[in-house]
Amino acid sequence: MTLKYPSLDWDHTIESWGKYPKSKSIVCSLGSRKQEFSQSVQGVEPELSYLAYGRGRSYGDSCLNDGNVLLSTEKLSRFISLDAQTGILKVEAGVTLKEVLDHIVPQGWFLPVVPGTQFVTIGGAIANDIHGKNHHVAGTFGCHVKSLELLRSDGSRRVCSLTQNQDWFKATVGGLGLTGIIIWAEIQLKKIACPWISRETLRFSHLDRFFEYTLDSDSKFEYTVGWMDCLSQGAQLGRGVFFRGNHLLLKDVSEIKVKSDKIKTFPFNAPEFVLNRFSMKVFNTVYYHTHPSKKAELVHYRPFFFPLDGINHWNRLYGKRGFFQYQCVVPFEGTQSPIYDIIETFARSGLGSFLTVIKTFGQKPSPGLLSFPRPGVTLTLDVPNEGKKTLRVLERLDEKVVEAGGRVYPAKDARMSKESFQNYFPERAEFEKFKDPHFSSSFWRRVT
Amino acid sequence: MKILILGATSAIAEAVARKIASQHGELFLVARNGQTLEMISQDLIVRGATRVGQAVGDLTFQEKYTEWFEAADHFMKGIDVVLIAHGTLGEQRELEKDPDLAFDIFNVNFISAALLSQAAANYFEKGRRGVIAVLGSVAGDRGRQSNYFYGSAKAGLDQFLEGLRNRMFLSGVSVVTIKPGFVSTPMTAHLRKNFLFANPEVIASGILKAIVKKRDIVYLPWFWKYIMCVIKMIPEFIFKRLKL
Repeated sequence: MTLKYPSLDWDHTIESWGKYPKSKSIVCSLGSRKQEFSQSVQGVEPELSYLAYGRGRSYGDSCLNDGNVLLSTEKLSRFISLDAQTGILKVEAGVTLKEVLDHIVPQGWFLPVVPGTQFVTIGGAIANDIHGKNHHVAGTFGCHVKSLELLRSDGSRRVCSLTQNQDWFKATVGGLGLTGIIIWAEIQLKKIACPWISRETLRFSHLDRFFEYTLDSDSKFEYTVGWMDCLSQGAQLGRGVFFRGNHLLLKDVSEIKVKSDKIKTFPFNAPEFVLNRFSMKVFNTVYYHTHPSKKAELVHYRPFFFPLDGINHWNRLYGKRGFFQYQCVVPFEGTQSPIYDIIETFARSGLGSFLTVIKTFGQKPSPGLLSFPRPGVTLTLDVPNEGKKTLRVLERLDEKVVEAGGRVYPAKDARMSKESFQNYFPERAEFEKFKDPHFSSSFWRRVT
Repeated sequence: MKILILGATSAIAEAVARKIASQHGELFLVARNGQTLEMISQDLIVRGATRVGQAVGDLTFQEKYTEWFEAADHFMKGIDVVLIAHGTLGEQRELEKDPDLAFDIFNVNFISAALLSQAAANYFEKGRRGVIAVLGSVAGDRGRQSNYFYGSAKAGLDQFLEGLRNRMFLSGVSVVTIKPGFVSTPMTAHLRKNFLFANPEVIASGILKAIVKKRDIVYLPWFWKYIMCVIKMIPEFIFKRLKL
């Protein structure tokens, strides 16, 4: 697609983390948090739509705006204040969680919720209302946002919170960046004693056991998550490894040596034959057998929360074609859970998932109108893009999720149908009232 | 480290300031834009700076120079390093037509930077210690049709610093000339980026290392030294025919 852009910028090919779909956009930059909206988009054709763009770590197309304008928040990278008494951190939206953690952990603070990577921005964390291994106790990231500033395409600014511009706040948390651009936010941090996590590992031979572990652990452990071998069936359906952990309460462990976190880089797109059902089966089997149950051990927070951050561009493993991440949540209902059917369907489909994660979501509601998490059990599959076959299988999973009254996570989606989206998010009609008329995304155009 | 940064709102200067802040250094910032300066100061405090002072002013106002050095000296109780980081690229085509604009380019990139370096040298000379780090550019190594106003200003600065380094040698004051290649900053926002572009953070690490090691001339990233070495060797009768 050719774009008209007067003297200002050029078109970039933009990829999201899943490398699918590819898109082209004009990229404008927000110069600073005080800059007027009109200044940031000077010279842009008025009929184009805008979308804030942080680090492009969403998997699908919710962070893309094909043929239109992306507003990079790269320069919104300043801290504003940190109250050492209350632990309220005020930062600009383009600051990454890594920058925040690197800074606050030595001072005895931690982010209330972290996802599986620290390379996302604060703005992205709010717009996707991300969740983490502590959802069962802490809820989503949005539960801990004290306030935020929203800049709209008409140039208006609103400070939004649960007490001020409440409706705007609820629409913006989990609002996929469509209500305008988040400029800064105040986050309530949590106190920690040290950077260490006390982790226990429990191997489970069947999905039933996962439910036993999670029921038993969720009240005693702040962080719980299961890795699952989604290719095993029958008596070993949903076998895997359950991790649970708590922040270590001791202070005097600062001498424990941290392995230097030298980050490796995946150098190029892997050829597509590398990841096939066989190699994924081998990987999953090996992973299962090399992770026996272990009593409590100390691990640094980085490998505990962000194991994949150790390899830059790990998404290249999936090759040029990219991959889909499919994350759904369905009601809990213990061993009656519809998740059994979904996992079985996937295991029999002939597709493979390189990394599969399973976790229970807690009851704590998010303020976000379009927020994804609901009480229940959530499953995440990483599926190489093998074209129509893959799309067909995921479509079938969608049918089952709709039937179960569950939903699929927009931040990771690149393929759900309009109908599925309407089923998953009946809140959409209410949300439309707050959507900025000049903001849009590839995702939004696809599902509405 | 107690550092006075002139042109503190430039992307490279801010990246350097962040690193110094996280090492609990003390900073005194001077730049034209008071609002941006305020935002940067807040950021540096949160990042761990022991104290951050600031003065708002145009770096071409020579009558202010002594005032700034005194203010910084008073605020931090001494200065270890002066970083001179301001600069403007200008639009070559417009500069060719408008002598007033061209004069500004020389004034900002050469005259003010040179005189500020001299002011820093005068400040440090009595104490017989200190580091003056100045941002030059690889553009100063060879005149090119695409930016010879900016390039010649940086070339002049390069030679001025060479002289100053020579002059200050016996006083124990170091003069560090920093020559970054292409850096992704607002100055180059209109240029198409390629693999030669580096992030300000990478440049900032190099600058800090050069300051600590009191190096004379550093190219950043390192490979520019070799690129420029080759470019400088091209004979003029060939060079004048090239489109660079």
